[in-house]
Amino acid sequence: MSVLFILIGVSILVAICFLAAFLWSVKSGQYDDDYTPSVRMLFDDSKVKSSSTKNNNTLKPKK
Amino acid sequence: MLSENDLCVYYDFDKNPGIKAKGKFVSDRFAYLDDESVKNKLVQFSSATQTNVTFSLPQMHCSSCIFLLENLHRINAAITTSQTNFQRKEVFIIFDTEKISLRKVVELLAFIGYEPAISLKDTVQKKTTSFNKQQIYKIGVAGFCFANIMMLSFPEYFSSGNMEKNGLKETFTWLNFFLSVPVLFFSASGFFISAIKGLRQRFLNIDAPIALAIIVTYARSYYEIISGHGAGYLDSGTGIVFFMLIGRWFQDKTYDSFSFDRDYLSYFPLGVTVMQQGVEKNIPVTQLQKGNRIIIRNHEMIPADAVLMSGTASIDYSFVSGENTPVQKNMGELIYAGGKQMGSAIELVVAGEVSQSYITQLWNNDVFKNKKNPEKSFIHPWSKYFTLLLFTVGIVTLIFWWINDPSKILPAVSSVLIVACPCSLLLSATFTYGNMLRIFGKNKLYLKNSGVIESLAKIDTIVFDKTGTLTQNKPSAVIYQGTPLTNNEIVAVKNITRQSAHPLSKIIAAWLQLDKEPPVAVQHFKEYAGKGMEATVNNLHIKMGSANFINQFNKAAVTHDTGTHVHVMMNNVHMGRFDISNQYRTGISELVKSLSKQKIKCCVLSGDNDAEKENLQNFFGKNVDLHFYQSPQQKLEFIKKLQAQTFSPPGFRGNVLMLGDGLNDAGALMQSNVGIAVSDNTAQFSPACDAILDGSNVQQINKFLSFAKSGKKIVTASFILSILYNIVGLSFAVQGILSPMVAAILMPASSISIVLLVTLLSSLSARLKGLI
Repeated sequence: MSVLFILIGVSILVAICFLAAFLWSVKSGQYDDDYTPSVRMLFDDSKVKSSSTKNNNTLKPKK
Repeated sequence: MLSENDLCVYYDFDKNPGIKAKGKFVSDRFAYLDDESVKNKLVQFSSATQTNVTFSLPQMHCSSCIFLLENLHRINAAITTSQTNFQRKEVFIIFDTEKISLRKVVELLAFIGYEPAISLKDTVQKKTTSFNKQQIYKIGVAGFCFANIMMLSFPEYFSSGNMEKNGLKETFTWLNFFLSVPVLFFSASGFFISAIKGLRQRFLNIDAPIALAIIVTYARSYYEIISGHGAGYLDSGTGIVFFMLIGRWFQDKTYDSFSFDRDYLSYFPLGVTVMQQGVEKNIPVTQLQKGNRIIIRNHEMIPADAVLMSGTASIDYSFVSGENTPVQKNMGELIYAGGKQMGSAIELVVAGEVSQSYITQLWNNDVFKNKKNPEKSFIHPWSKYFTLLLFTVGIVTLIFWWINDPSKILPAVSSVLIVACPCSLLLSATFTYGNMLRIFGKNKLYLKNSGVIESLAKIDTIVFDKTGTLTQNKPSAVIYQGTPLTNNEIVAVKNITRQSAHPLSKIIAAWLQLDKEPPVAVQHFKEYAGKGMEATVNNLHIKMGSANFINQFNKAAVTHDTGTHVHVMMNNVHMGRFDISNQYRTGISELVKSLSKQKIKCCVLSGDNDAEKENLQNFFGKNVDLHFYQSPQQKLEFIKKLQAQTFSPPGFRGNVLMLGDGLNDAGALMQSNVGIAVSDNTAQFSPACDAILDGSNVQQINKFLSFAKSGKKIVTASFILSILYNIVGLSFAVQGILSPMVAAILMPASSISIVLLVTLLSSLSARLKGLI
């Protein structure tokens, strides 16, 4: 039963990590604008210029 | 609003007005507000005696905040009035420039707990998001701690004694203790700060009972843990904080999504004449941009801050500050929005943004002249006693359970303090009327405020004006009869008609197609309301107006007059007249039929002669009350007479709705219970009216009236519903059956559900009446 102490301790530690991640993500400002990304993702990719494809043949094709 | 005496009695304010804010607010944080250029950027109007300013207050979350903010004048007498806009989280303040400075006003707001988010550029956006982020951090921390405490409390609930071994129970209890600390000091801090700041002003806001419930739960739990008597109720305590915070967040989101901000999206019935490449064009004021050149005529309002370019400006700021003496402005000077031009037309360049909400604010603030239909107060008389009643119930519960079963004290008292929610009582009216204002706006009826809706619901008599209200202003229906006019004379007539905003002048001006030519200077322009006007153009002294007006100067120049005519007189010689045929708006006869079904009496008043008697009787029936040759004063007297008529039951007075022209019928519009100015996109904005209706929708008056009636019913129903909720909730809470956590969920849920309900009901009612 004494292993419970270790288990509880570890679980609280993991939870604290998640809390820290949550606080950091809110602070980073990614949730300030929750409308534009939904529109932005619908834009088409811009066409790759022909000169750059010649020079960068080793690049993976865009999705 | 609460009368002076009630306010004093309940909240125990001193009889002597004076500085109520206790303590000094020492800070240099707001020193930059002493700078003149900063002040000019922030204020909306400034004179030696009065300054108008609007602040954004992101901390506004509850209805009791509104009470405190609207009573700023009792805290500091230098503040004349303050009005809040809950949905936009703004406060509009008018203060006396001589007695208090902008900096001190901001310091006062910060001191009572509502520090404004001040923007010199666009930083107001940043301030509000940082405030919102704080709230999210609090929710995150509270959620983390609450969930872990719940987890650590499960063994306490489910085990049957194995816990005493190995000190597990002790460990869990102390872990709970430490996890609960950040919730108390960080997450719940908002409630405590708000309650304390309210108490400092000797005012119990709704955060006070919540703060008390939290303190009570925590105190009891800490006592139990430290003295070793038990495990405490920290799961409950942190749960209360967490659910209240989440509930507030949901409430805010809901209120935001029902935002009835009437800027940008709604119809705002103000038009303005813009000069584009030398051609005049009438556009809605919402399309106006900085740098546009606009022309403002006699009695027209300047819709945005603008710089004078040409013409003699004599600006009447009575709309903004109540000062009737016109202010002379020179070329290059800035003229504030809301000023009215008195005299011949002037040209201006727009320097600021058009703010519909500011203009509506001024319209509502016209307390200098017009005290009827004030904005309906958020505070219903009953809510004054709400928190006091709640504390009484709480104390009674405490005593009762102390005697009978002390174990139930904590759950019972804390649930009682949390479950009762005054928000729905106060806000159901706001949201119903807000939704209705929006629907009215969609149908081109722009009301001054929600108080007008209640008056509309009571209307039983309608008085129509003829010219411009029942008739349209179509330029094609003009014929000129008389001595043919030379080009010079035609140009002169064109230029004098463009100075006036009377419907008949505008018809003639449009018919003469003067918008395609540059204006000629007009001297000594003078307009006589309802009669005519005179001016000197190109050395010609011209008078134009009704037959009676012309006959004043040259007796019997005009013989019997039939029909709507505008006579022209040049250098005292009667030249001829413009015949304007009356074109009635569509749908008038259907309107009259449905009005009689609603048992509403109709009357028609006209300043014109009685040539239209037969036509009007065709529309309204033989029994209608018709009066011609009415001067503005006679129209006012007629309405007074109608209002004095008593019906049965005795004491019941006529409630009169008047539809007319905002400028010429100003007195009658003010006298009637509701005055609606019918406009066709003019720049004339008369504060005498309570609502502005676009001419094309006059025939929908019957629908508007029945919609207003149903709105009142919805508000009453929601009020009863929220009282029922409180009674049911409290009856469960006092018995100790209701867990405080469930109470913390129910409280915001109730206000959200009532808000949703009233919005749905009012939209449904509008759809049934064909208004959506």
